[in-house]
Amino acid sequence: MSICVLRAQMLPCKTVLSWTRGTGNRCDIARLRKCGVCYVPNLSPVSFPSRTLSNLATAHSGLARREMAENEALSRRQKVLTIDTMNANIKKVEYAVRGPIVQRAVQIEKELKEGVKKPFNEVIKANIGDAHAMGQRPVTFFRQVLALCSYPELLDDDKFPEDTKYRAQRILKACGGSSIGAYTASQGIECVRQDVSRYIERRDGGVPCDPDNIYLTTGASDGIVTMLKLLTAGEGRTRTGVMIPIPQYPLYSAAIAELGAVQLNYYLDEDKCWGLDISELQRSLQAASKHCNPRVLCIINPGNPTGQVQSRERIEDVIRFAAKERLFLMADEVYQDNVYAEGCKFYSFKKVLYEMGPEYFNTVELASFHSTSKCYMGECGMRGGYMEVINMDSEVKAQLTKLVSVRLCPPVPGQALMALVTNSPQPGEPSHAQFLKERTATLGDLAQKAKLTEEILNTVPGIRCNPVQGAMYSFPQITLPERAIREAKEKGQAPDMFYCMKLLEETGICLVPGSGFGQKEGTYHFRMTILPPADKLKILLSKVKEFHQRFTKCYS
Amino acid sequence: MTENSVVHRGKVLTLGTMNPSVKRVEYAVRGPIVQRAVQLEQELKQGIQKPFTEVIKANIGDCHAMGQQPITFFRQVLALCCYPDLLEDNRFPEDTKTRARRILQACGGGSLGSYSASQGIEIVRQDVARYIEKRDGGIPCNPDNIYLTTGASDGITTMLKLLVSGEGSSRTGVMISIPQYPLYSAALAELSAVQISYYLDEENCWSLAVGELQHALEAARQYCRPRVLCIINPGNPTGQVQSRQCIEDVIKFAAEQNLFLMADEVYQDNVYADGCRFHSFKKVLFEMGSKYSDQVELVSFHSTSKCYMGECGFRAGYMEVVNMDPEVKVQLTKLVSVRLCPPVPGQVLLDLVVNPPLPEEPSYRTFFEERSATLAMLAEKARMTQQILNEVPGITCNPVQGAMYTFPRIQLPPKAIAQAKEKGQAPDMFYCMKLLEETGICLVPGSGFGQRDGTYHFRMTILPPTDKLKIVLAKIKEFHQSFTEQYS
Repeated sequence: MSICVLRAQMLPCKTVLSWTRGTGNRCDIARLRKCGVCYVPNLSPVSFPSRTLSNLATAHSGLARREMAENEALSRRQKVLTIDTMNANIKKVEYAVRGPIVQRAVQIEKELKEGVKKPFNEVIKANIGDAHAMGQRPVTFFRQVLALCSYPELLDDDKFPEDTKYRAQRILKACGGSSIGAYTASQGIECVRQDVSRYIERRDGGVPCDPDNIYLTTGASDGIVTMLKLLTAGEGRTRTGVMIPIPQYPLYSAAIAELGAVQLNYYLDEDKCWGLDISELQRSLQAASKHCNPRVLCIINPGNPTGQVQSRERIEDVIRFAAKERLFLMADEVYQDNVYAEGCKFYSFKKVLYEMGPEYFNTVELASFHSTSKCYMGECGMRGGYMEVINMDSEVKAQLTKLVSVRLCPPVPGQALMALVTNSPQPGEPSHAQFLKERTATLGDLAQKAKLTEEILNTVPGIRCNPVQGAMYSFPQITLPERAIREAKEKGQAPDMFYCMKLLEETGICLVPGSGFGQKEGTYHFRMTILPPADKLKILLSKVKEFHQRFTKCYS
Repeated sequence: MTENSVVHRGKVLTLGTMNPSVKRVEYAVRGPIVQRAVQLEQELKQGIQKPFTEVIKANIGDCHAMGQQPITFFRQVLALCCYPDLLEDNRFPEDTKTRARRILQACGGGSLGSYSASQGIEIVRQDVARYIEKRDGGIPCNPDNIYLTTGASDGITTMLKLLVSGEGSSRTGVMISIPQYPLYSAALAELSAVQISYYLDEENCWSLAVGELQHALEAARQYCRPRVLCIINPGNPTGQVQSRQCIEDVIKFAAEQNLFLMADEVYQDNVYADGCRFHSFKKVLFEMGSKYSDQVELVSFHSTSKCYMGECGFRAGYMEVVNMDPEVKVQLTKLVSVRLCPPVPGQVLLDLVVNPPLPEEPSYRTFFEERSATLAMLAEKARMTQQILNEVPGITCNPVQGAMYTFPRIQLPPKAIAQAKEKGQAPDMFYCMKLLEETGICLVPGSGFGQRDGTYHFRMTILPPTDKLKIVLAKIKEFHQSFTEQYS
């Protein structure tokens, strides 16, 4: 890097003639003065005390010399942007869900297409919660309305039920020029934000929701990153610390790394079905207070990658903790409809907060995130989402609104979809029966696959799996033989990466190693989605079983 | 701290404790004047009497909102992709169905609802690469160098993010034109990079002089490390189209001074003036020979929001990176993977833009007619805007050679300037605010884009329908005259 600086400074400043100018700008003059440069108006040359000689020399030289200098400069030119000169925070970013194992999976898919022989004939990507890619069908009602919004000429087509047309017309009317090609308000289309707030009120049994507190986003990820960006401040010991669960969804660690914030880990208790323990939050916070300023507590409920669903009581405890320790709460609730286990129920942080009374409801700052990508919708590609902010300082809210305005607006098809998700067909409307049938079938199917996954994995000696109470993933612990761990370390790989890579090469199954999400030292896991169709999921699970036995034997 | 004290707790997140870089962000295109315009609209709806009956938003390049019709072909394919049952319907031409099938086949599970590769769907990137090759007269383009984005803004921010490093006097400096599109200053503020302003020459139709670049660079080297040069061509808000020679000069300058080039080329189809032509930086770079084309690092941005498409709401775009260090490219790919993928409907739309109907296909005629009509209309409005504004004493306006805006200079009486300053407002903000309150016309003051000290401007889009545009221009003329009178 230092060579680069030197080179830059040595470059001859050869265009003095062309940069003398008549029209002086106060700003520039001030800057030049500050730099010890004497500015002489009326087209006279400008002098840089330390460079005067070389400047003048070059100014007097002819074109040939200029050309020579250029060639010289070019031949010495190194890239401006290299691994050493790039943003150092970006280098620290890691995102395992689309990391090296997935890149290898894509490569293998190409090899299969080219006819390369493998011990399998297809790659099964169980690495990411991508429901449609795994064969889940989109909800008909959503897609009909989106088609109508895209091509409004279809509004005269009687193949489309009346309620889809009514919805499309309502959305189009709220768009500039009645086109989803117009920019919307940066916070999102107003009538969509109203739909979202009514949805939240219904969900939370009447707890009021103000549409002004709703920000539509480009998927939940966008909202989470935006909030963390607002929250990160300070330097050194006053730098913002952000508490996140371990295991976590790696968007959090990635965003924290990018922002140069401090990641504070609190560990979920695997032995108690990935439960959250307040004393663990306390421990983590205390340890952190010495080297940063902990200000944010992130919760993922239902859990990703761990699949636990928090009890109402635990949520109350967390809110009390946040209130006591003055933490800003971020509740990632994108799996709110994905609750399968008996006795489990989704409680929103907002509802619990409200029910704890005004001393909490009027003070604790909370942002809650939702998305069109999960639940029964699985519309990941649309990048729709929203966040609700509660008790946000009004000046900060103005800053948030300004910040999101720079990116103009979230994608409008995603906003339209969010309107449909939060304002779905009602009993009595023509689309209601089919909508209900499709939603129920998808959720029923997921519940069944959650159970199946847990059951089959737990039959494998050396694999131990908590119930998948909710969300879309299983995160089983795997016992790895000492020799495998050694061999992995020799290769510079995390042992569970070594395991997952071998699994991929031998079976075509793509999972994400637990090390990508974080785990207690000395334990190993993988994350697997429960999304493949039931028959394929069965095959997949039996292949994982076989592989694990073979792997254990091979390295014992 | 006892639990009872929660009642007295101050907020965690306040103006005093929030990210200070975010506080410095400004984005005039959607700033206070637009917020007031939205308020006025609501007041009109509530029946409050105003000296006008509607608010006309000429503040933002939002074509469809101004009545431009979407291209039928694009929207038909999008409808088919959203709801593939329509593939059975014979109201859709065959070529729309072929496109839809091809795209759906490239999506996981045949659905737009799947995540795509983070860099974008592979066939879309291939189509983009072929489009660029055709545009640039055969200069090769590798689909691996194409990254699909969530609008061009996303690409620009991502690249700046990669490029910013160092502390103090080694902090990355980024050269941007003044006047500029405020996304740049906003992104630089957010990233705490150093903004290096170079001024476009209003007297010479907002052209760029390499001497001015040199001047800005030398000054900046004293306090930061200049590493990036951003160019907007055709210009926003200034509407100039760069000559081939000027582009060559800029490339030479970037090469000599070791600068990473960022070329914002989202208005590449919006060139109206006789004798002007769009030349891509990529093409010129390659025509300058391997001495340059093997070395100069360049990224170019494009979008579905401008040109004849105007599909802003889809948030689609791409960037092409040229000569990027392979290790950095890996980092870029990793970085974009955190956000999973650009919105898929936008990726589809981009594919249609770069791979439009061919002359022998059934949709060609309609497509061609719609595109030509839109571009011709824009050219006509560009000419008209310039002409009418230049008739107003105290307003001088460069030709709108391209893009979608005029950025005329306005003479403000000293009394108005004094009054604005008393109110703590930029004089052109004061002017635009008054214009809005009196006429319902929403423009953006020049101060939001940057301008030479002591000069005042506004940015106005040329997008309203011709008859409305005429009224807007007449109203501005009237307003300017009465404003000048009032403050003289």
